[in-house]
Amino acid sequence: MHILLDLFLTCAKIGVMTFGGGMAMLPILQREVVEKKGWATEDELSDYYAIGQCTPGIIAVNTATFIGQKQKGVIGGIAATLGMVFPSLIIITLLAGLITSFSHLTWIQNAFAGIRVCVCVLIFNTVLKLAKKAIVDRKTVAIFLIIVIASCLTDLSPVVFVLFAAVCGIVIKGLEAKKA
Amino acid sequence: MIYLRLFWEFFQTGLFAVGGGMATLPFLQKMGASTGWFTAGQLADMVAVSESTPGPIGVNMATYVGFTCAGIPGAVIATLGLITPSVIIILIIAALLKNFRDNRYVNAAFYGLRPASSALIMAALLVLASTVFIHVDLARSAGPALTIDFKAVILGVVVLVLTRWVKWTKGLHPIVFILGSAVVGIVFRFAGV
Repeated sequence: MHILLDLFLTCAKIGVMTFGGGMAMLPILQREVVEKKGWATEDELSDYYAIGQCTPGIIAVNTATFIGQKQKGVIGGIAATLGMVFPSLIIITLLAGLITSFSHLTWIQNAFAGIRVCVCVLIFNTVLKLAKKAIVDRKTVAIFLIIVIASCLTDLSPVVFVLFAAVCGIVIKGLEAKKA
Repeated sequence: MIYLRLFWEFFQTGLFAVGGGMATLPFLQKMGASTGWFTAGQLADMVAVSESTPGPIGVNMATYVGFTCAGIPGAVIATLGLITPSVIIILIIAALLKNFRDNRYVNAAFYGLRPASSALIMAALLVLASTVFIHVDLARSAGPALTIDFKAVILGVVVLVLTRWVKWTKGLHPIVFILGSAVVGIVFRFAGV
């Protein structure tokens, strides 16, 4: 099989098998990419994954780009990434069409009203999980609180807060380094 | 030109959302509010479907939002918009920065970015929760009234306890809780219809 097609199909397979995203993907990546295809070593994969977490964008997509790039350069990176998003495009488009055409039914409306409550709790759990790793001292508590409050009270785009936080991080760490 | 606008909105989301799929939520919420393409409630439904289907959550949400705004072409364009910046950034990092992770400035920036990402998702959650747990009645003659939806609060507390503290249920996949809440919603008529 041509390498580009192989990259596309393997990443599509990983995309289908990732259920819930994020951490759920790592064992599947390990089996498909390291054990079956030998496209990366275990260490390389954990590097890709770690960098994927600390660069903008979706972690699964970032990791796929890395894997493809290593095999076949820029084109390989693009093929692997398109493979990763392909199943989502098909599945979500089909489901979205289905849900739209049934959304006038009262039991569907009641079901989604219940689901919205559950979604609030699931998002809250995600925030707690992220915050545990992110909030490590008083300064990070301050950054967290300032952005929650400012974001609720103003109409500013999240982009502004992201840039603000990156500058804060660099300035705080710079001052700490000077002191030490 | 809605396609161009969609691409640009999702390009920004892909460029600035740091910390995985759910980090795109605050961007999507702002997008809905400023364009009128979808409401906060609709977005919550999209989050539920994205969590319950295969594929990375962030990609699923982008596809769903794109489809809601402009059909199948919208789904494709939104998804491509979301992934374009990360593909470019990763290709650059892979080619140039062999030790990106150990870079002092990258680490310093992420010291600030991590709490910011949690904070933005928290703020998006507060906006959503205010529509799910509190109902505003603007039609009342005596002026607008706020009522707390006690059915929703009780379900919320039950799900919170089950997902965090009950040993037998806390490791279950989110889809279990989403389906369970759907059943509760139907039985107790959560939408009030």
